[in-house]
Amino acid sequence: MTWLKRIRNGILTKTVEKQETPDGIWSQCPDCKKTVRKKELSSNAYLCPQCDHHLRIGSAEYFEILFDDNKFTEIFSGYRAKDILNFSDLKPYTTRLEQSKKKTDLEDAIFCGEGKINGEPLVCCCMDFSFIGGSMGSVVGEKISKSIDYCIEHKIPLMIISKSGGARMMEAAFSLMQMAKTASKLSLLARAKIPYISLMTDPTSGGVTASYAMLGDINIAEPKALVAFAGPRVVKETIKRELPEGFQTSEFLLEKGFLDKIVHRKELKQTISDFLSYFKN
Amino acid sequence: MIFLDFEKPLLDLYDQIEKWQRIGKSKSLDVSDRITDIEHQIENTRKNIYKDLNGWQRVQLSRHPERPYTLFYLSQICDKFTELHGDRNFGDDKAIVGGFGSLDGETVMFIGHQKGSNSKTRQYRNFGMPNPEGYRKALRLMKLAEKFDKPIVCFIDTPGAYPGIEAEERGQAEAIARNLFEMSQLKVPILCIVIGEGASGGALGIGLGDKILMLENTWYSVISPESCSSILWRSWEFKEIAAEQLKLTAKDMTGFGIVDGIIEEPDGGAHHDPEKMAQFIKQRIIKELKELKKLDSEERIDLRIDKYANIGEYDFSE
Repeated sequence: MTWLKRIRNGILTKTVEKQETPDGIWSQCPDCKKTVRKKELSSNAYLCPQCDHHLRIGSAEYFEILFDDNKFTEIFSGYRAKDILNFSDLKPYTTRLEQSKKKTDLEDAIFCGEGKINGEPLVCCCMDFSFIGGSMGSVVGEKISKSIDYCIEHKIPLMIISKSGGARMMEAAFSLMQMAKTASKLSLLARAKIPYISLMTDPTSGGVTASYAMLGDINIAEPKALVAFAGPRVVKETIKRELPEGFQTSEFLLEKGFLDKIVHRKELKQTISDFLSYFKN
Repeated sequence: MIFLDFEKPLLDLYDQIEKWQRIGKSKSLDVSDRITDIEHQIENTRKNIYKDLNGWQRVQLSRHPERPYTLFYLSQICDKFTELHGDRNFGDDKAIVGGFGSLDGETVMFIGHQKGSNSKTRQYRNFGMPNPEGYRKALRLMKLAEKFDKPIVCFIDTPGAYPGIEAEERGQAEAIARNLFEMSQLKVPILCIVIGEGASGGALGIGLGDKILMLENTWYSVISPESCSSILWRSWEFKEIAAEQLKLTAKDMTGFGIVDGIIEEPDGGAHHDPEKMAQFIKQRIIKELKELKKLDSEERIDLRIDKYANIGEYDFSE
């Protein structure tokens, strides 16, 4: 026996009247799951104030952290991916491209800028994971290739910030060949004795790791970033047992000898600046 | 003989031959005319089947269990071949083989993926999936070739670089990346030939060169059709469609200008007449190396890097 009786079934609150938290005020840390104010994040180098987790950020945020007064010039804009294979899986590639452009307001998965770090010039190519998983296709390869040419011509050090699921399947062999393209261009940069710093961030995998990401004069990574050739799921399926704790994290790579240093995001700018001065003086 | 699903009509004809042979024996009849007739039919049917194969069918052929692998070709095309082992660092990978060989009186450094031909050797060769030490052995041998000014020929045939725990620990990605970087600057000619499967970074890790060729029934792409299907379609069932979508055949790849030429296979594929296939490869290597040797090393390196710099399709507007 209840005191109150429901006379109409279902939830009747009209969705238009529903009070929702507007987007862009709060954010949840994917690591400690605590809620943080977004404003707090931007003033904290996009680190979780509770657990120091390095949140995934894009090129705009990295440039803001790196370049003096957030001042930089975009170089090599205007390149747009082309559906040369007429590729279609569950969605046509052209649709994926359009949706990604609309969602991210980016041209492709990499943004190249030239600016100054503590007064020293630097060209930085930064990948954006939000654009089709930061996948490397012809545009990414071409912009990196062009940036390397630019660095050689103007004798400016290069930094690439990797954040990628690997090569872009929808461009098949064209994306595979971007590995060869970027690596061979880097061999020219090396011959010209121009420093190249590679920063690996969460996640860096596949063809990106197996080309420019691993080829830095200095290889650094953010704490706890996933850096892999084959992704953990693929490895697990192959060996059919659980993966060891901490497998394929930047700490693991440092231990195995593939990184020079793990750099906390708050020390990133100073660390890069230090490296540049070592090369210069 | 092993027949693939699209070779079914051939199987029926071979069965008929067997049937007639049995009849001839038991009834003491002369059935040779009948048999010659069927043999003609087999030849025609084979030509017809092989005239126009689709992507997935070529993927199947590239993995045919009777298909010849690197060491077989080397035994056929070299007057002499001595395998060299180890990366001088960790171990000797069995999925990549290499060594000096004498081809038409000249020394060539041969490097190639190696698969096994029965369950025991397949396991021994890790199904042609190299660990990092395989790529590092390959690089050591390439540097050795460079030191003594000998050209390099790479045979590509892998389902991919091995995705295991130890491979990751020892830096699979770094090993492949390093090879791409170093191969760009090698002073000697590099000729790469896809003889079977050209799967992704595992293939490219010994696949950067002045000239890239593919045998007629091979494939080369960023991912295998099965894995592509599982990632993009979220099911293994779409491998045939994925094979079409990836445009991974020798014809597609030369059309894109990513691969420089095709070496024809005998009717019925390389496995149908391995000796003949080996001779085709040998003649082509001799011809290509002769061309590549005409350039000096600086020119060759410039052309090599330019070739890769030009691969990529995009739209550009200010």
